[in-house]
Amino acid sequence: MADETPVAVAPAPTSVPPAAKPAEKPAEKAKVVAPAYREFPTIPVLKIDSMVESNPYVAAAVHNESVGFPGTLVDGWEQKAVAKMGELLGKYRSLKVYMDSCVHCGACTDKCHYFIGTGDPKNMPVARQDLMRSVYRRYYTLPGKLFPKLVGARDMTKDVLDDWFRYYNQCSECRRCSVFCPYGIDTAEVTMAARHIMDSVGHGQKYSNEILGKVNKIGNNLGLPGPALEDTLLGLEEDVKDDTGVDVKYPLAVQGAEVLLVTPSADFFAEPHIESLIGYGKVFHAAGISWTLSSYASEAGNFGLFNGDYNMMRKVAMRIREQALELGVKRIVVGECGHAWRVAYAFWNTLTGLGNNGTDKFSVELQKQLDPRYKEPSHICEFTWDLIQQGRLKFDKEANDSRIITFHDSCNVARGSRMGDYAGGQFDIPRNIIKAVANNYVDMALETTREKTFCCGGGGGVLTDDLIELRVKGAFPRMEALQQVVDKHGVNFMATICAICKAQFTKVLPYYGFNMRLVGGVHQLVSTAIRLGDEQ
Amino acid sequence: MSLLFAILFYAATLVLAGGIAYRVYDYARTPAPLKIPTTPAPTTSGGVAFRMFREVVFFESLFKSNLWIWALGWLFHVGLALVLLRHLRYFTEPVNFIIAFIQPFGMYAGFAMAAGLAGLWARRFLVERIRYISTPSDHLMLALLLGIAVTGLAMKFVMHTDVVAVKTFFLGLMVIEINPLPADPGLYLHLAMVALLMIVFPVSKLLHAPGVFFSPTRNQVDNPRETRHLAPWAAKFEAKN
Repeated sequence: MADETPVAVAPAPTSVPPAAKPAEKPAEKAKVVAPAYREFPTIPVLKIDSMVESNPYVAAAVHNESVGFPGTLVDGWEQKAVAKMGELLGKYRSLKVYMDSCVHCGACTDKCHYFIGTGDPKNMPVARQDLMRSVYRRYYTLPGKLFPKLVGARDMTKDVLDDWFRYYNQCSECRRCSVFCPYGIDTAEVTMAARHIMDSVGHGQKYSNEILGKVNKIGNNLGLPGPALEDTLLGLEEDVKDDTGVDVKYPLAVQGAEVLLVTPSADFFAEPHIESLIGYGKVFHAAGISWTLSSYASEAGNFGLFNGDYNMMRKVAMRIREQALELGVKRIVVGECGHAWRVAYAFWNTLTGLGNNGTDKFSVELQKQLDPRYKEPSHICEFTWDLIQQGRLKFDKEANDSRIITFHDSCNVARGSRMGDYAGGQFDIPRNIIKAVANNYVDMALETTREKTFCCGGGGGVLTDDLIELRVKGAFPRMEALQQVVDKHGVNFMATICAICKAQFTKVLPYYGFNMRLVGGVHQLVSTAIRLGDEQ
Repeated sequence: MSLLFAILFYAATLVLAGGIAYRVYDYARTPAPLKIPTTPAPTTSGGVAFRMFREVVFFESLFKSNLWIWALGWLFHVGLALVLLRHLRYFTEPVNFIIAFIQPFGMYAGFAMAAGLAGLWARRFLVERIRYISTPSDHLMLALLLGIAVTGLAMKFVMHTDVVAVKTFFLGLMVIEINPLPADPGLYLHLAMVALLMIVFPVSKLLHAPGVFFSPTRNQVDNPRETRHLAPWAAKFEAKN
């Protein structure tokens, strides 16, 4: 995530700023070109193998071992991979049902942003699933054992493994395909299983495993140690004081604070992420609610999700439970991060007992200290929107008048979570906040928003420079929709509530001729307009 | 020949019933360790039942996805459902009045079914993306279903068979009694293909029929914060804490 993003703005969608870090990969890929916009939303013709060169770095032994896997590809990996698949088939109903149920109807074939952007047929969700399904059929179904050719079954070979590594690392696990599948087949579940199998035989992906190593050791994905975090927050307090004249606090590890805020670590230093962190602090200040950050639990993100590793995901999530118990907080609020919110909303209760209405000993131990009047955990947008509805926050909406704003629904929030009390609250609450703090808001085309939203192109563990071509091309459908509202309404700010979306767009917007500062957070807008209450 | 078909249908019924029962058991016993409904999702079990109903009866997600596939697929499935209901008359005496009532509709549903199948098959040749993902078994499955539809329609409209004898044969099978089957090649072909379909059902993509009911993205209630959801294999980790 520590990308050095070029500030240069290219004049047209097809032109190219200098490629990032050209030295790391041998010369062959000097330039990445954004696809040209389509006049009509046509489905691309197949470009067989067009992304066959797109490989992330294989994790070094040290990174695999740091997350508990063999360092390099083990002897007899073929059998071990097949056996691991068998184990996962017995543990995950999703995988088992999805391996059996696909009828190759083709409904998903034009739904993936990576397929739309690259035309590589193996980026069609069904074809991506079939990379695993073909092996499943060979070893776990009768027709595949008897007539492999007939049903498209394949042995587990190095070629197959190479295809897995390529194309299961060209999936952002955004679940757009699962919205459209008549059986709800979720390619993300298949991708997660494939990555877990590859990890288990010592063939992990560097970016994700390196990050998991850091969070386990230090507490956040960036490897930002406690003292550095403290310095950063003190600096932030000074900046906000200079800016507003008000002493807004960004407290760390405060015993007995009411709220523990867990946010993606990118919020501590990256642009535009930090603007939202400033916004959270102002909301707490204006509402007069005591809160704290934590160094031990300084990461809302959870890359265990991306790798399909339940144990790892649990281990990362347990840090938040432990810290909540230690600090004695009453509420847990999660900052702007898409997959973190999916993990928090949908999995924390399962993994760590952090939820409501717990009855088992493990949950009760934590929940007896939490305030049952609030949803546990809450999203920062739920938190802020509640305060707005109660009239506890006041805004100068004109402060955002220079902005014409649109909202990018982040995939994990849109299709893997909820906010508020009704299905779809995750779409309305962030928009409600924007409309409460700003005057100019427009939506992008309906087929690209809400549950049909397109991924930014950088989610699910592919936010790394070795996959820049994938990231640029994967952003294509979103960029098309953005271009429409830019042309029609003069949009100059795309708000989002995901650290990965923010980092990804900052990087790829210039490839499409946009200013990288066009993307920002919802609480960045809140921050601009909020009245801190004590300035007069 | 009657004996042969009797044995074939006993075997096919066993494979179909046993196979599906095993699959359903297998899906049911496999835990879903995490809450993964594709949201926005219903927050109550009644809501989930309604979502599943819309999915199974109207193919809601497919409708959102692709109108061509939806139209052809729905035409085929509804046609097939009516044709199957119509065929109940071969297994019941007296015939239920509802089954009697739908007889004429079931007849035309045969054409709808064949048309839907032909359209779905055409896509496998005409649409590049679908051509790419099609395996030989995808084609054979459509060929089989279309073969069943065409031979069935042929017996109705072109070369009639003795349906009274066919009914006597199947009613006999149900009480383990083998009566003569009319010696018509069209009927033989039709029945043989039906038996083959029954046999491949539990080991093929036809498992989408039971599978959809077990799909966690569709059958889970969206209430992870309100209710703790824990798989038995995952609960074990908590003993260590």
